[in-house]
Amino acid sequence: MKEKYAENHAVATGTYTAVWLALLLLLAGTIALAKLRLLAQFSVLGSLLIASAKAGLVLAFFMHLKYEGRFLKVMLTVAIAALTVLIGLTFVDVWLR
Amino acid sequence: MDTGHIDKMGKKMGMWFFLFTEILFFGGMFLLYSIYRFKYSQDFHSGAAEENIILGTINTVILLTSSLTIALSIAAVKKGKNVPSSLLQLATIFMGVAFLVIKYFEWTAKINLGIYPDSPVLLKLAKGEIIFFGLYYVMTGLHGLHVLIGVVVISFMLYFTRRETINRENYARLENTGLYWHFVDIVWIYLYPLFYLIT
Amino acid sequence: MTLRNETAVTAGFYERTGKYRWLIAEWMMSTDHKRIGVMYLMALLSFFSVGVVLGFMIRLSLLSPGWLMGQQTYNEFFTLHGVIQIFLFIIPGIPVAFGNIFLPILIGAQDVAFPRINRLSWWLYVTGAILILLSVFIKGRPPDTGWTFYAPYSIQTPANISIAVMGVFVLGFSSILTGLNFVTTIHRMRAPGMGWFRMPAFPWTLYATGWVQMLATPVLAITLLFIFLGRFFGVGFFDPTKGGDPILYEHLFWMYSHPAVYIMVLPAMGIISEIIPVFSRRALFGYAAVCMSALGIAVVGYAVWGHHMFTSGMSDTARVIFSFVSFLVAVPSGVKIFNWVSTLYKGSIEVDAPLLFALSFIFLFSIGGLTGLIIGSLAPNLHLHGTYFIVGHFHYVMFGGAGFSIIAGLHYWFPKITGRMYSERFAKIGWLNLFVGFNILYFSMFILGFQGMPRRYFDYPPEYHTNHVISTMGSWLLAIGLIIIFANLIRSIFKGEKAPANPWGGKTLEWTIPSPPANENFREIPVITRGPYPYEEEAR
Repeated sequence: MKEKYAENHAVATGTYTAVWLALLLLLAGTIALAKLRLLAQFSVLGSLLIASAKAGLVLAFFMHLKYEGRFLKVMLTVAIAALTVLIGLTFVDVWLR
Repeated sequence: MDTGHIDKMGKKMGMWFFLFTEILFFGGMFLLYSIYRFKYSQDFHSGAAEENIILGTINTVILLTSSLTIALSIAAVKKGKNVPSSLLQLATIFMGVAFLVIKYFEWTAKINLGIYPDSPVLLKLAKGEIIFFGLYYVMTGLHGLHVLIGVVVISFMLYFTRRETINRENYARLENTGLYWHFVDIVWIYLYPLFYLIT
Repeated sequence: MTLRNETAVTAGFYERTGKYRWLIAEWMMSTDHKRIGVMYLMALLSFFSVGVVLGFMIRLSLLSPGWLMGQQTYNEFFTLHGVIQIFLFIIPGIPVAFGNIFLPILIGAQDVAFPRINRLSWWLYVTGAILILLSVFIKGRPPDTGWTFYAPYSIQTPANISIAVMGVFVLGFSSILTGLNFVTTIHRMRAPGMGWFRMPAFPWTLYATGWVQMLATPVLAITLLFIFLGRFFGVGFFDPTKGGDPILYEHLFWMYSHPAVYIMVLPAMGIISEIIPVFSRRALFGYAAVCMSALGIAVVGYAVWGHHMFTSGMSDTARVIFSFVSFLVAVPSGVKIFNWVSTLYKGSIEVDAPLLFALSFIFLFSIGGLTGLIIGSLAPNLHLHGTYFIVGHFHYVMFGGAGFSIIAGLHYWFPKITGRMYSERFAKIGWLNLFVGFNILYFSMFILGFQGMPRRYFDYPPEYHTNHVISTMGSWLLAIGLIIIFANLIRSIFKGEKAPANPWGGKTLEWTIPSPPANENFREIPVITRGPYPYEEEAR
């Protein structure tokens, strides 16, 4: 059985710190977006996109997902897709009543 | 039934699976939030205006930094550096506690204003605001509970790291704890804009 | 009586390990998947019996409107019947009993991936069961909301809902951990040479089920928490006076509870896939398609929950989508049915009890599934929702399907678990009573439903009387059948003929080890060089 030794990828301290700085920058960005009322209609969407970017960085680097095998990435997508279906179909009800 | 050899990948897989279940658990709450936000967008705006954006932002910085420290603590153990790792774990614990303290202040401020589930003050507000504050308490409450559990678990890991039962050969427990902590961070990454920034 | 019968059965994994002074401690502290599975099995069958008695009493009280139970008592009876049969019997059901005992063996492993978490799952099951039973016996009224706990009534009723809901929450956690354990086990612990498509069909269904357990149950957990918070703190997410929407409760509840029925039935289908090849001496027809269809059912089944809510007030668009996807899920189910029947074709059929129950599954589940299509269609659903038609439908799929599969598995694996053979004659007599009684009991419900008899009603107008009487008489015959079946099995544990390692000539790994298995499943981990159903190759 093939085993993926993701442990072999030691992430450098520098990379972690860079990710952390990027997260803080994105935080500043999301506050700016809210405070400056940029793209008012899309502010929620914008905030969620930035939040997803932050989450993505945490997932990829802090949680090591970038270096893991394909299976975990696929199953994470499946879990998120499941939640999306649940929320989406509920919206089809509530929105179009 | 002692196979002798430890399946590190298996343990990591199990932890990821547990996090998937947590995605769906919190997901149910995010579902309610998104439906009610759609239904009561104006009331949600008014509700969010009551939130203390400074405290919320400080808490966000705290959690993001705590993710850094725990990631670094795992990297340290992998290099056999147990003492720096312990210090980093201690820093993570400290930040987790700080988060909870700030949360405590936020909650008591609201409760002193009479805004809590089923309070007479709350029930006089607009329907959407009642829902908003209900969601606020439930979601930040459950998130806070997860932070508390994380702090406790990291404390155990700190003890194991000091005793060197967690070491460069044997660190799966710490790694999995890190995964859990990052997940708790990610939940907050989404909670923050939804409750503090949507004015 | 021959000398063979007098030979003691080897104790196998039942032998005392000497690690603990008290026998009960030795079992409750065990991390051996076989012991955990046997304890689960005993608990499940006990709760099933309680549930059957409750059902029997419900049918008895429907002989004549309101003669035995008043309205409140009736509500409590059908609530408890549903909660016990669903949360304490059929959802844990096959995975925790046969899955625990046989999954590691079937894939050539010595145990599951996380034995201590397995033990935790068992302890959580016991805790959840105690909490639910407490809700019946402590001060206050037993739950009366139906097993569905619909808001706002579940939040307002003075009955002991909080503790019951806590019990279900704990049971949900037990289920999640079992699913997590099994999925990891299947990924990491298959024997050398056992690629995915050399793994038998039953583990495949446990795999699909494990994912559903992990990805659906948490939604129930949060929903139950909302009930609890509503009762204790007045959090009104489903209360219109506080801005809430009761339909959202239904959405959240059925988001779990529909996939839950696949947790019930997928492993049941897995057992049928194991039995049919053995008793027809043929490879499972379309084995790969059967395995993939399990995943297909799990995935599609995730998007159909709205078909429980067609009359609740959802938008037309939502209803059309849910109806359409509900039809889609019949496709992978059909794949399985057709492939089982094709396996039987030109096979060398041995109608022993396991096969008899498996064939019954195919027949009864098909009826249940086809009636599901009727109520999955929007127009009929408007008339049939909330009637006895629904009650008939789900008993056909849950009892006729998963229930019969459990009985089939009990007979199929009885020699392996107990080291003894049951009486084939009494198994068949029991089957006849059960099968005939079942159809009388539940088919009459389709007619009642069509005539408009609502469900969960303790009384009814005279025009429904005849069919209610017929249905109740069916329940008596069914009860006799169950008694014969279980008396046969229980007696055979003590008096049955000693069973060989492979009484059925099966080809999967459990038949290569002693009956019952030893503490250690395999003295040497097997190396797999062939698929799981090599009947054709060997016939040549």
